[in-house]
Amino acid sequence: MFSNFDFDVIIRSLPYLFLDGMTFTLMLTALATVGGILFGTLLALMRLSGVGPLTLFAAGYVNLMRSVPLVLMIFWFYFLVPYIGQWITAASRPIQVGAFVSSLVTFTLFEAAYFAEIMRAGIQSIPRGQEAAAQALGMTYSQTMGYIVLPQAFRNMVPVLLTQTIILFQDTSLVYVLSVTDFLGAASKVAQRDGRLVEMYLFAALVYFLISLAASHLVRRLQARIAIIR
Amino acid sequence: MNYNWNWAIFFEISPDAVHSYLQTLLIGTGWTLATALSAWAVALVFGSIIGVIRTTPFPWLIRLGTGYVELFRNIPLLVQMFLWYFVLPELMPDEIGIWIKELPSASFYTAVVALGFYTSARVAEQVRAGILSLPRGQRLAALALGLTLPQAYYHALLPMAYRIILPPLTSEFLNIIKNSAVALTIGLMELTARARAMQEFSFQVFEAFTAATLIYIVINIVVTYAMRRVERRVAVPGYIGAAPQAAAH
Repeated sequence: MFSNFDFDVIIRSLPYLFLDGMTFTLMLTALATVGGILFGTLLALMRLSGVGPLTLFAAGYVNLMRSVPLVLMIFWFYFLVPYIGQWITAASRPIQVGAFVSSLVTFTLFEAAYFAEIMRAGIQSIPRGQEAAAQALGMTYSQTMGYIVLPQAFRNMVPVLLTQTIILFQDTSLVYVLSVTDFLGAASKVAQRDGRLVEMYLFAALVYFLISLAASHLVRRLQARIAIIR
Repeated sequence: MNYNWNWAIFFEISPDAVHSYLQTLLIGTGWTLATALSAWAVALVFGSIIGVIRTTPFPWLIRLGTGYVELFRNIPLLVQMFLWYFVLPELMPDEIGIWIKELPSASFYTAVVALGFYTSARVAEQVRAGILSLPRGQRLAALALGLTLPQAYYHALLPMAYRIILPPLTSEFLNIIKNSAVALTIGLMELTARARAMQEFSFQVFEAFTAATLIYIVINIVVTYAMRRVERRVAVPGYIGAAPQAAAH
């Protein structure tokens, strides 16, 4: 079965796979996580604000993003981002946007919906008395959120946020549909060039598996360490 | 925005010379639903088996189940699709490999298998959580009544567990519908792929994607609404999920 298995093709392409491919994947994962958590927290605050239009917008946004496949969203933004860029920069024609920027915008906006739900659960897990106490002390809304509620909500949700990041890491492989050279894209390009699909896809699966497995074990250990004892 | 909107494009004939663009999207919707439903059957069967064996008292079965879940959860769905589609036929004996490759609508079967196994790991987690959420006394009582272990699962534990985990199963079902779009990478002409094809032939990007988005939203609403009715019907009296019923008394 493995008699004509060519391990050499993997060794030969290691620099390409990791320096080009994995760097792209990890950069995209890291930046989209940061952006997604920031925008997601904002959405969660809007949804819990009690201000009609803000609540409606946040709920609509989250529900829209969560009912559409990520692949479709990747296509949407691939074509939409040039127009958004034109609108922002007031240029006369749609601006050229690279695949990285396009993917980054997609993943940030898409994952923000999922991060928003996590942060909403986190904020709602904080006892109401804390908010009331903060206001009784004379804190403004932004002080209450910034010093009291969000730090605790964030701490409670760190394991869930990190688990979502692992999912995001796996999801970034979908930029394949834009023919981007992420880790899977790099593996696929080598596979097709050298006619070595079996070796390259098995190797890609192994790498994704080991990274995700290691990361989820770390999250579990972290969860045990930072859990607040009540 | 200098983009030429043309909503009438849906009624123009697509390059297949038979169907209008709208019809091609609806055919794609059919494939999306067929793929999702078939894969859901696979996921429920394998997910239930794995979920159950992870709650049995046998350490080697638990380890097997844990390994299964870790394997299918930690590899991206797209990579799993490629493994089933490109790699599996090569690793088979020649006759079987060729038979798989020449199968009509091979991408459909591959998508069903890949999606099914991928989702089965998630279903297994839910089934396990559902069984573990039951009071220990239920299992003990069933066994004390003289039921064998399989009978205890079949008559006592599983009927309760399924009713409790119905809400998370609903969201897994919604996920499988969305995830079926990944199958466009192996050539399945489902909804997203049809929208993409329509965009390529007609250049009406935003109309095509708007239509696909709306169809996904409608599917989502219908499934959510239907499942909420089912949930209300089968809710276990006395549990928090059954509160609206209890309040009616």
